[in-house]
Amino acid sequence: MELLHLAKNALLASTGITDQDIEKVLSSLLSSPLDTADIYFQSTHSESWVLENGIIKEGHHNIEQGAGIRAVIGEKTGFAYTDRLELPMLMTATQHVKGILKQGQNAQVNLKNHRNAPILYPSVNPLKSLSDQQKVDLLQKIDRETRQLDSRIEEVIVSLLGAHEHILVVDQDGQLTADVRPLVRMNVTVIMLDNGRREQGSMGGGGRSHYHYFIDEERALNYGKEAVRLALVNLEATAAPAGNMTVVLGPGWPGILLHEAIGHGLEGDFNRKGTSAFSGRVNERVASSLCTVVDDGSLQGRRGSLTIDDEGTPTQQTVLIENGILKGYLQDKLNARLMGVAPTGNGRRESYASLPLPRMTNTYMLPGQDDPEEIIASVQHGLYAKNFAGGQVDITSGKFVFSASEAYLIENGKITRPVKGATLIGNGPEVLTRVSMVGNDLALDSGVGTCGKEGQSVPVGVGQPTLKIDGLTVGGTHVA
Amino acid sequence: MNTSAHIDELKHILHSLLNEAKQQGASAAQAGLSQENGLSVSVRLGEVETIEHHCDQGLGITVYFDQHKGSASTSDLSPDSIKETVRAACSIARYTSADPFAGLPDQDLLQTEFPKLDLYHPWSLTTDHAIDLATQCENTALNFHPAISNSEGASINSHQGIHILGNSLGFLHGYASTRHSLSCSVLAQADDSMQRDYWYTVARNAVHLDSPEQVGKTAAERTVRRLNARSLSPRQCPVLYSANIASGLFGSLIGAISGGALYRKSTFLLDCLDTLIFPEFVHIHEQPYLQGALGSAAYDNEGVATHAHDIVNQGLLRSYVLNSYSARKLGLQSTGNAGGIHNLTIEPGTQTFAELLTTMDTGLYVTELMGQGVNIVTGDYSRGAAGFWVEHGVIQYPVEEITIAGNLKDMFKAIIAIGNDVDLRGNIRTGSVLIEQMSIAGV
Repeated sequence: MELLHLAKNALLASTGITDQDIEKVLSSLLSSPLDTADIYFQSTHSESWVLENGIIKEGHHNIEQGAGIRAVIGEKTGFAYTDRLELPMLMTATQHVKGILKQGQNAQVNLKNHRNAPILYPSVNPLKSLSDQQKVDLLQKIDRETRQLDSRIEEVIVSLLGAHEHILVVDQDGQLTADVRPLVRMNVTVIMLDNGRREQGSMGGGGRSHYHYFIDEERALNYGKEAVRLALVNLEATAAPAGNMTVVLGPGWPGILLHEAIGHGLEGDFNRKGTSAFSGRVNERVASSLCTVVDDGSLQGRRGSLTIDDEGTPTQQTVLIENGILKGYLQDKLNARLMGVAPTGNGRRESYASLPLPRMTNTYMLPGQDDPEEIIASVQHGLYAKNFAGGQVDITSGKFVFSASEAYLIENGKITRPVKGATLIGNGPEVLTRVSMVGNDLALDSGVGTCGKEGQSVPVGVGQPTLKIDGLTVGGTHVA
Repeated sequence: MNTSAHIDELKHILHSLLNEAKQQGASAAQAGLSQENGLSVSVRLGEVETIEHHCDQGLGITVYFDQHKGSASTSDLSPDSIKETVRAACSIARYTSADPFAGLPDQDLLQTEFPKLDLYHPWSLTTDHAIDLATQCENTALNFHPAISNSEGASINSHQGIHILGNSLGFLHGYASTRHSLSCSVLAQADDSMQRDYWYTVARNAVHLDSPEQVGKTAAERTVRRLNARSLSPRQCPVLYSANIASGLFGSLIGAISGGALYRKSTFLLDCLDTLIFPEFVHIHEQPYLQGALGSAAYDNEGVATHAHDIVNQGLLRSYVLNSYSARKLGLQSTGNAGGIHNLTIEPGTQTFAELLTTMDTGLYVTELMGQGVNIVTGDYSRGAAGFWVEHGVIQYPVEEITIAGNLKDMFKAIIAIGNDVDLRGNIRTGSVLIEQMSIAGV
């Protein structure tokens, strides 16, 4: 009830919208027969601070609020939104939405309060967790201490982002669900010059927390150290190999492999429509028996976590692949209903101005039995990829890419020299069948992931233990 | 909507916003305001899938207290919210550092003439008409070939908006613009494998859109021709970029000669002004005043006058791409590119696409790129690709699950030819581009 109270205060009390107003809007919407309808109220306060060249160069504050109204009948969706939280504007949006529905009878809906799911993150406003002076001091401290690490550092860029979001979802039964979501993120980039060669290194992290997260355990300072380490590795890197070879992926952020190769292809909308390379393959083998992959939005404080999704469904752990066998899909309400399964708490939207879609939360592979050092030692000739920049997938052909930003050659069971970043390409339904070793070192990423789909961005997490893949194409320039 | 009255009303709001900043003590301020609305309709397998009504507004303000800068934005245009937004920007400026290069543009660079650019053509598109057009488009695609097996649908979008920009130097201008598009994406199946591709048309004026049938047919053709694709063994060979993806190469050029990358020294084209970065036949220029084009604008995001000028002439880099801040950092003058470029035109060559295939003889014709593997600091380039293997100027078979790699500095110099098949659908206008040699990896 506490979250509901906070969200109602932020979204309704401050704008003068009453429960009776919401009942009016909902009753008008439901005067036509439909399958699903909802009103999504949202307000987001966010800020960013940027330090560059030793000075606090930019600061920005943003307030965004509005409501989206949706009605679904069969596979048809009508949608409209307003950024003015006033009854007449909500009614106008409702009239637009009803364009998709048949004329019907009068309806009367009464609001009911809904119990919330377990709390996964504090409802505090991260923007207020430090004073502006403290934020600025923190950035300057990171800059100072990072510059002291190496004389070859030319530039340090530090950014700090925070957001405080209130959402309130009213569904067609008049049930109210609410969430208050903090999100913080920090990034440190360094540019280093050595013997006329310039390279960059970048490291960041964050989660659904407040700014003290970066001070605790000296996380922010460690981002600076890691950024310098990465730039130094890049300064030594030589041309990456080109061709198909054994690839060992490090733990943590390389789990972007699972996000691209597996995760998107298992989103409910593509599978309902039969457009995914994984369509109709539940209970088939799509990975080696060493692989169990889950999506879990209910992890405490992670960047991809949500108490409830954007349709009010509590998040959960969903098993996607169990011991190599495809188990299920990620669902929002619309696709779950049309496929005759339960929603999995994966209905997410970028904002009130976009429609919910089935999306990932935190996607990762469970740990295996192998010692990571033994995994490296087992490779005669291959690539060890430890850090990645991003990825993309064609869910229909199954082809996916992800770009290594820190990689080394493995020669005779040993990591030898760093090679330049290169794109790795593979086929989603095949790549995990070639996983021959899984490490016992599961790690989740540091909290920097953003996933794009149909133009909508949402924060996500990934993770995995060290993995050995017997054959993946590495897109370097060095053709043997 | 009476556009000019509406523009005047929004100008009034912007004016009061700038006044509010002054009252709160700012020594200078710049503000922008926009309102947009539109309709998006999508149809899948002959049935309406979504009808979306869009209605967005937003304002942003940047204030300067001498050389301390702060900015804020909001989607709420009520008087209270405006005050609060200005207050937030001013509060931030108390904590940012004095930056000797910060501030409004030089007064004499601000645009004072506002020629008609033919950007506003509202389309009285009803939902029913939009459904008809999308249905025609998708139907054409679905019936094009027996291998077309499924669809992601066809969608039509029609948007119009008003954009106002002003600053405390007295610049205050607004204009209306429209943008309409139609797209279609279908799937084809052969044995166990599926392929998907798409096509779209976009224009300021709906009468310039390609017909729904043309869009549907192109989407289907592009999808069917991908069936039974193979990989390629690692090799070095010529690569021909199709016009619609070649624009990305020049997008990377713009990234590398942008002020931010230059003053951070984080570009592979540092200190390259007046040096040869392309072969001598390459000519690249900016054309902000093209009538009705997607990237046309008389002024940039700071109100600085845009001007038609050369970026690359006879292969020589002739201009950077700067806003006021980066220009001051570099001791140069703004090039009117705050917010980006305006109709970057790569002067087309004489060869048709078919002639380019003949010129290439044997190599890779790339039609799709995946991933973000472009490093502007070093120029290192490695991306996933799909396309066709070409021998003796004739397309042999589709290829996929391959990567293409090189270094942009070398790739730019290795351009052999640019086609006359210019793609006009974006802000970068180029024909297909043939590069002498790149590294290919695959199975």
